Amino acid sequence: MSDTPNEHLAGILSDFEGTAAGLETDSFTSMEDREEEDAGIMTENIKEESKADQSLQEDRLEAHAKTEENESKEEAEQVEADLKVQLCEPFPGLQTGLIRSADLFGYVGIESVLDQMRRKTVKAGFEFNIMVVGQSGLGKSTLVNTLFKSKVSRKSSTPNYEEKISKTVRLHAVSHVIEEKGVKMKLTVIDTPGFGDQINNQNCWEPIVKYVNEQYEKYLREELNVNRKRRIPDSRVHCCIYFLPASGHSLRPIDVEFMKRLGKIVNIVPVIAKADTLTVEERQEFKERIRQDLEANGIHVYPQRELDEDPEDRILNDRIRASIPFAVVGTDKEHQVNGHKVLGRKTKWGIIEVENVAHCEFANLRDLLIRSHLQDLKDVAHNVHYETYRVRRLNESNMNLSELVLSSWPLQNKMDKCETESHL
Amino acid sequence: TMASSDVARQPDKGARPLSLAGHVGFDSLPDQLVNKSICQGFCFNILCIGETGIGKSTLMDTLFNTNFENFESSHFEPQVKLRAQTYDLQETNVRLRLTVVNTVGFGDQMNKQDSYQPVVDYIDKQFESYLQEELKIKRSLHNYHDSRVHACLYFISPSGHSLKSLDLVTMKKLDSKVNIIPVIAKADTISKSELHKFKIKIMSELVSNGVQIYQFPLDDETVAKVNTTMNGHLPFAVVGSTEEVCVGNKMVKARQYPWGVVQVENEQHCDFVKLREMLICVNMEDLREQTHSRHYELYRRCKLEEMGFKDTDPECKPVSLQQTYEAKRQEFLLELQRREDEMRQIFVQRVKEKEAELKEAERELQSRFEQLKRRHAEEKATLEEKKRLFEEDQSSFNKRKAATQLLQAQNMTANGKKDKDRKK
Repeated sequence: MSDTPNEHLAGILSDFEGTAAGLETDSFTSMEDREEEDAGIMTENIKEESKADQSLQEDRLEAHAKTEENESKEEAEQVEADLKVQLCEPFPGLQTGLIRSADLFGYVGIESVLDQMRRKTVKAGFEFNIMVVGQSGLGKSTLVNTLFKSKVSRKSSTPNYEEKISKTVRLHAVSHVIEEKGVKMKLTVIDTPGFGDQINNQNCWEPIVKYVNEQYEKYLREELNVNRKRRIPDSRVHCCIYFLPASGHSLRPIDVEFMKRLGKIVNIVPVIAKADTLTVEERQEFKERIRQDLEANGIHVYPQRELDEDPEDRILNDRIRASIPFAVVGTDKEHQVNGHKVLGRKTKWGIIEVENVAHCEFANLRDLLIRSHLQDLKDVAHNVHYETYRVRRLNESNMNLSELVLSSWPLQNKMDKCETESHL
Repeated sequence: TMASSDVARQPDKGARPLSLAGHVGFDSLPDQLVNKSICQGFCFNILCIGETGIGKSTLMDTLFNTNFENFESSHFEPQVKLRAQTYDLQETNVRLRLTVVNTVGFGDQMNKQDSYQPVVDYIDKQFESYLQEELKIKRSLHNYHDSRVHACLYFISPSGHSLKSLDLVTMKKLDSKVNIIPVIAKADTISKSELHKFKIKIMSELVSNGVQIYQFPLDDETVAKVNTTMNGHLPFAVVGSTEEVCVGNKMVKARQYPWGVVQVENEQHCDFVKLREMLICVNMEDLREQTHSRHYELYRRCKLEEMGFKDTDPECKPVSLQQTYEAKRQEFLLELQRREDEMRQIFVQRVKEKEAELKEAERELQSRFEQLKRRHAEEKATLEEKKRLFEEDQSSFNKRKAATQLLQAQNMTANGKKDKDRKK
């Protein structure tokens, strides 16, 4: 017998949880349903009064009573067939029924919003955080410096004996502000010296995973503050370039392990470093094997297939996916070739022109990373990876904040109602 | 381990500016961003507050060069209501989802004390809806249809004298929730000199009552000049019309009177062009940004503080949201526990009462049983007595019978003997 009050409460709680779960799919309906329940008696009274008095006004009053949209729909239909106005409670899902498309009879100036947006974003400036991961000596710093045509990354000095034997991967973030044609960007390069350099590289990705998650955590905390900054400082890793040595064979275990783990939490762009040791044919074969390895191990690199939004996107991204990983060569030295100054590596057998697509794929990488997909990298980091982290964190700490926000007022009502309905 | 606060300090440590050795290509970033926005489309929501018949709908039609579905409202609405309609507009490649919200019945009631309330409620509801989405665990903010009010056009009656108290009260209630742009409606009923005095009176009344209207922003040099000028022309005196009149050799939007033609787009006649310029062509993006970063943040902050969330505890040490949440959750669970105990007590009480009832019934039954038993015993005793008497009777009867028989037998033998004796 003593179970009954518990059962009853469990019933209330499960109702509440059910509503909270319902929040995930259709928050507004639940809240409005609750309002309706509470306002139920009131609206019934109103209906009765209006039925007594048949005037149009009363019907319209009823139609626009601030309760459910459905109710007003019914009444409006009954009373005024030609009026299609509803009290708009805009929210996703129900919106589609209410939107009409209207034709403009002349120029309004709406398209100037593009310019306004451009002005504002340029004024605010941009941030970009790029991480480079790979064994030492693969030319990470050189590549980043070549990409951004400036010394944004310091080449790490050769570690001495003690450092080589020490067992940690150190992370090192350096920020610079660079400007081009009025566009200011704060570029942060996160270097990972020590990765893959130890004798035992077990778990060498852990400090990196930790760093990536820490940045998400920092952002999340700021976002959850009551008093928060207008612009939340963004230190989240937008892009992680993973350097594969040009072995010409296939992915090594360390490559697979790293990319598997990091691919889930950050945008990974794998590149074949120091690709001037591969002939064009060797390069193609190597790339193909790598692509197969990636697929076989379920590794999702950027641009991720599941994020393609529409067929157009898919076609574009398929093309990119068919050419990664880019085989790159980096340098900061310039040489004279055919009367032009070019960035290149001079060897006894010729000059490797870095920006020549016939020689290596540096230009492709640069175009993808910077000229066309930089904003997209940030967007994916924000809308996908960060959100995934957020969901996990909020679930972990059992924090359903929206539930709590809602709970502050309707819970009282629901509890009281249940008490009066009990048949004890 | 790197505490998140440590990492926070690094990027803020003045990133050094660096010059580029050549063209990198991130100057395309604003374009990348703008292109993404074009794909997504824009949202803009305008709230029009004004008395019935003041020209809200006409002005919207004129501003957006289109024919929105309009309804004439009666003057007999018992309460102020809001009517929202959403439209999909397109100009070149820009898609705008415009929501126009009109007050219905504003200023018509005898008692206008609470007229502002439905408007405040509507605005708050849109903020609430956004907040709910933002606090969800699985949320989809970049897909969310933003229904928050970006601009509020307050229509002032062209009395030529001063603001009505309803105007002041309403605007005061709204100035911290929405960007207010006051306009003088039907400005073709005021003469130029009267208009000048009217504008000055209105602005001074606003200032002396502490009403914060929207100021066109001056922080961007590109538009600072024009915005400063326009700020000086507030409130805009507007005339709306979708009808066209032939003036010279052009068809222009105008209102035809016997004494002349008021041209809507003639800056000598009214400020319509200024309004369109400011509202749409120059500051639409700023209106959206202010709504999000100022008005919404204020709402969010107040709401969270109301619920007891703080960023720092009484000793000004930072409180993680998790701690506050846990505390609230404890509170909530305690309340639940209290209710449960209450319910259990009530239940136990009822059970006791029921038990008492049953006991009472049992006792009654028992006593009746006893009664019956007693009666039964009595009757049995009586019957036993009767039986005994009867048996006594029977035995005495038998005795007498036996005695009689004996006597008879004796008599017979005596008689026989006598007979025998006589014969002898």
